[in-house]
Amino acid sequence: MKVAVIQFPGSNCDQDCLRAFTEGLKVEAEYIWHKESSVAGFDAIVLPGGFSYGDYLRCGAIARFSPIMKAVQDAAEQGMPVFGVCNGFQILCEAGLLPGALVRNRSLLFVCQPVLLKVETSDTPFTQSIERGRILRMPVAHGEGAYVADSQVLAELDCNEQVVFRYVDATGEPVASANPNGSAHNIAGICNWERNVVGMMPHPDRAWDRKLGSEDGRLIFESMLRTSSVA
Amino acid sequence: MKLQVIVMPKQSVLDPQGVAVKNAVRDLGLDTVDHVRVGKLLELRFTTPPDPAKLNEICRDLLSNPVIEDYVIQYPTVAEAGE
Repeated sequence: MKVAVIQFPGSNCDQDCLRAFTEGLKVEAEYIWHKESSVAGFDAIVLPGGFSYGDYLRCGAIARFSPIMKAVQDAAEQGMPVFGVCNGFQILCEAGLLPGALVRNRSLLFVCQPVLLKVETSDTPFTQSIERGRILRMPVAHGEGAYVADSQVLAELDCNEQVVFRYVDATGEPVASANPNGSAHNIAGICNWERNVVGMMPHPDRAWDRKLGSEDGRLIFESMLRTSSVA
Repeated sequence: MKLQVIVMPKQSVLDPQGVAVKNAVRDLGLDTVDHVRVGKLLELRFTTPPDPAKLNEICRDLLSNPVIEDYVIQYPTVAEAGE
């Protein structure tokens, strides 16, 4: 098992992601600079958080045209697990690998706080070891994290169980007060139709060790590990 | 040759920035303000006129995100083009 962590100019959670694997899970992980054009030899891809290209134009809008993204696209189409956190989620949406878009938080404020997430499906490489309905705690840190999509896409996401994580309160209800950014339907993370590409705004890479305040993010990375050992 | 691309949030997408600006405009005394939307204007200069199909492709794929935004290309008027 070898995980690729893509580095764009302006990525700033690349080390967090790499260490979640190398130190948290003791598996091999390496950076790939965005100018590279191949992910050969890797079993999974992570697009980390940050501010690729300074968030110029729109978050992720320029990064999606980085040379490595063609390889990421091809790997995704061949079924490789691809995971985007925060800016990585924004890039996956801009690239069309995930439906919808992430826009300015409803409050116009940058939010940086712990949130509760409900796992809505175990049917993705990143949640297969987590029972459906489990509530995870990890931080969000973003200014543009409000998930939007037209009503048809939102209906399809629900119908196909493509919503992977939802912001909830302690009882597991997706109430407005638990929604940090104004996301439609309290959506915190989704997958593609084929289910191998997952994006989420909260940061499991900042919650994989008790020292970080939560270990819940580890469950996501451990799930991912199980996929590639099977593959 | 200079042209402008105007990118605006779709009507169906909430524009919290527009709402905040509207509230500020109202608070500063223009209390009949009803609606404000904030978009962006990109000014592009070319040494020779661009291929329209390619330009549209780039407006759609890079300069705007069709999920949340619409764009309009404003070509220079004949008078401006002669400048």
